[in-house]
Amino acid sequence: MSALGTVALALAGLALFALGAALGHAGARRQQENPAGPGTPVERATFHTLHTASLAAPPLRAGLTADTARKAARRLRPLLGTVALALTDEESVLAWDGVGDHHRDEAEAQLAQALRTGRTQTFALSCGNDTCPVRWGVVAPLTVDGQRPGTLAAFGDQESAVIVRAAEEVARWVSVQLELVELDRARSGVIEAEIRALRAQISPHFIYNSLASIASFVRTDPERARELLLEFADFTRYSFRRGGDFTTLAEELRSIEQYLELARARFGRRLEVTLRIAPEVLPVTLPFLCLQPLVENALKHGLEESVDRGRITIIAEDEGTEARVVIEDNGVGMDPQRLRDILRGRGGPSAGIGLSNVDTRLRQVYGDEHGLVIETGVGAGTKITVRVPKFRSGVRPAHPAT
Amino acid sequence: MNQTYGIAGVTAVVLATVLVGALGLRISRTTSDFYVASRSVPPRLNAFAVSGEYLSAASFLGVAGLVLAQGVDMLWFPIGYTAGFLVLLAFVAAPLRRSGAYTLPDFAEARLESRAVRRIASVLVVGVGWLYLLPQLRGAGLTLRLLTGAPSWFGGLVVAAVVTVAVASGGMRSITFVQAFQYWLKLTALLVPAVFLLLTWRADHTPAPSWDERPVFQRSTPVRFDSPLTLTVHEPVRITATGTVDGRALDGGPHTLEAGSHRIGADTTLRFPPGARVPLPDEGGGHAAPSSWANPLSAGREDHGLYATYGLILATFLGTMGLPHVVVRFYTNPDGRAARRTTVVVLGLLGAFYLLIPLYGVLGRLYAPDLLLTGDTDAAVLVLPKRLIGGVGGDLLGALVAGGACAAFLSTVSGLTMSVAGVLAQDVLPTLGIRHFRLATLPAIAVPTAANAVVSDLPVADAVGLAFAVSASSFCPLLLLGIWWRGLTAPGAVAGLLLGGGSALTAVTVTIAGGARSGPLHTLLAWPAVWSVPVGFAAMVLISLATRDRVPASAAATMARLHLPEALTGGAVVRDAHPDRAV
Repeated sequence: MSALGTVALALAGLALFALGAALGHAGARRQQENPAGPGTPVERATFHTLHTASLAAPPLRAGLTADTARKAARRLRPLLGTVALALTDEESVLAWDGVGDHHRDEAEAQLAQALRTGRTQTFALSCGNDTCPVRWGVVAPLTVDGQRPGTLAAFGDQESAVIVRAAEEVARWVSVQLELVELDRARSGVIEAEIRALRAQISPHFIYNSLASIASFVRTDPERARELLLEFADFTRYSFRRGGDFTTLAEELRSIEQYLELARARFGRRLEVTLRIAPEVLPVTLPFLCLQPLVENALKHGLEESVDRGRITIIAEDEGTEARVVIEDNGVGMDPQRLRDILRGRGGPSAGIGLSNVDTRLRQVYGDEHGLVIETGVGAGTKITVRVPKFRSGVRPAHPAT
Repeated sequence: MNQTYGIAGVTAVVLATVLVGALGLRISRTTSDFYVASRSVPPRLNAFAVSGEYLSAASFLGVAGLVLAQGVDMLWFPIGYTAGFLVLLAFVAAPLRRSGAYTLPDFAEARLESRAVRRIASVLVVGVGWLYLLPQLRGAGLTLRLLTGAPSWFGGLVVAAVVTVAVASGGMRSITFVQAFQYWLKLTALLVPAVFLLLTWRADHTPAPSWDERPVFQRSTPVRFDSPLTLTVHEPVRITATGTVDGRALDGGPHTLEAGSHRIGADTTLRFPPGARVPLPDEGGGHAAPSSWANPLSAGREDHGLYATYGLILATFLGTMGLPHVVVRFYTNPDGRAARRTTVVVLGLLGAFYLLIPLYGVLGRLYAPDLLLTGDTDAAVLVLPKRLIGGVGGDLLGALVAGGACAAFLSTVSGLTMSVAGVLAQDVLPTLGIRHFRLATLPAIAVPTAANAVVSDLPVADAVGLAFAVSASSFCPLLLLGIWWRGLTAPGAVAGLLLGGGSALTAVTVTIAGGARSGPLHTLLAWPAVWSVPVGFAAMVLISLATRDRVPASAAATMARLHLPEALTGGAVVRDAHPDRAV
């Protein structure tokens, strides 16, 4: 076979592959969009409605803004079957889907009353354009926790009780979605509170021990004591900083080094620390205080609960699109079942919130596949692996004024 | 023969690469003696690494081969390869680093907040990566064939296998130290032989290349033909031949080639006397432009020299910023300022390297004109030491050059494979799961290896030029407009990537497949940047203007983050190290 023929064959194969991939992708998507499965027409209509509603839900879960309203309104209008649909906040139209955009101002004039009374309002619209199908509208307020952050408005060519009813139902559904937003906020509020607790938790115990060991150097080795005090100052400045959910691996490791330096002042030769950090991964962004609790954990189990030499190894490696951080100790280890309970938040008050807090935050930011991987057993030491993607949309380090 | 030395040289490079990588990993330190902030990769080291990864087989072998074959026009290649970093420095380096993006799809997503743009950018990254891998594997095949006599596709396969195993087993990552080492290795491998070559040339009474004529054999030169070829001889020449000439079997005896066409059989060796003009093969049009070697733009390249030159300039100047393995390296810099400083150093390092390349081209014209006959012009750098110096010294220098060439394709292939595999695992084949990054190595390198086996006659540097063209017409508009124009929208970016990058990719695929062999259409397709870059920019700007309401809500905040120093927006390690502390 000639070279040209081979090339043509290879190209044809490649084109076929691309075509197959595209068709498969499109097919999968179509199936997703039109779940025309088995069932009676009524059942299929129900499926369709539920599916459309489920498509409108994700944008709404980000709160009510012009952008999310635009995306949601596009999905909601087919549910109502009206010529136009609008989502508004308390004063103005956020998104208008369908025809008759020039009635915006008229519709906005109707908002105040619906919001004040909390009742659905219908109203007629005047239009100089004979062909304009928007003659009549209904405004249904959205209710979230007793507040009314906006309305849903639907428009048609004549008054229709069916549409009024449907608009009310859809408005109620949208309200539920928006209430879930509040729930999400509350949940992240809880996590923020936990981070604050985490900071508060490190401090008293650790501050006492650190100051005590620094004090022991003041007379014998004033220079060392001074160094340690500066480490201590830097460490607390980092740990107590306000704001900013993310930091860089370099910063987090720096704080860990300071922490370990202070610990070494206390434990002396009993603590052996090995760090193996690939410089390529230092700029990686990761959640604030997500490694330090792990090191603290290793120190606690590696040293404080045994009399032998404690060895802690910290490795950060480059893994293509991810960075892998491993924190290992040769301490007493832990019963895997107990560990499972701790990670599920059922460890009881003595367990502390460090591990489960870190795990939750990693999962929340990067997805479930990026949770902590812990290998341990009673008396077998502990090895904790964290995988952090080098880039994730919306994750960027903040460096607030300290 | 120099086989043993050459193989030893290549083996040494592979071993040294693995060793430096392994040692880099082994350096363990205890807490007492260092601070993390001071350990981030300094700009200079990162610049060595960028240059090490960037200087590929195309630079090491290809450019000298093109200069030998086609003359000074081809010097635009090294100029473009370097000037690309100037554009990168001025417009892209610092903002790209501040965006926090690791790959180009990351940047697209960070700036435009659109999964669609991200996906299209991913496909283009894979396309550019494959196009760039193709000539590297060809360079590898060429080098190994000269060393061992194995067929060309075999060398590509060997390198592909080595890199796959190394990357998949986690051994040869694009570790900064390894890549930095590769730069110095490549520079040494060209610099040391160059000194000796120049000394020999002086000792040879500094003959000048025959600028405006067909090259002349300086010495009695045997030329071996592996496959049949038709030569055109303009004046009778007495040669000794072993093999078949014009259907007659010859056995080392003298033979006169009369003016006219001669058919040389396979496995034939002709020995030309000194002073004989080099006859040229009938096929392979591009090579047969001897009359204008030293004159730029004098019909040296097809019939549209000026157009082709502008195509080359546009592609290389604007394409560098879109090369996946280059972009990934900038992530290693701690902040935008360091990214800029890195780029400045890279400009110097590349400049130093490319100063040597034309020298090899000219010396090759002088002492290895037979490569024009066999079409192996890419081998010029490899054969020169043995030709000029000979003996053990020549063999050793040849081994050094072979080792440098090996470093060239190993570093680039591993870097590119890593980048392509990363994008494949993350965006194109997400079903594999993030942890199966190593599985993605296989398709990342298998496709270009297969293509390398079927595509036979594309000069190494030309193929790289095609990769640059695709990158210039897709990622250059995306990066420049994304960084400097807040009006860019996701639909605009999609349109630009598809129209600019897609059309360039199509043109390039047709060229590689040998779609149009000559004529204006071939020129248009072989140098697509002239029209595809404007198409990409125009599509992005026009569609963005048409979809003005789709400007991402966060555009202003993102722009501020891209352009303000980190100290103002947060992000950098801003820390007043205690001035009096002993570090």
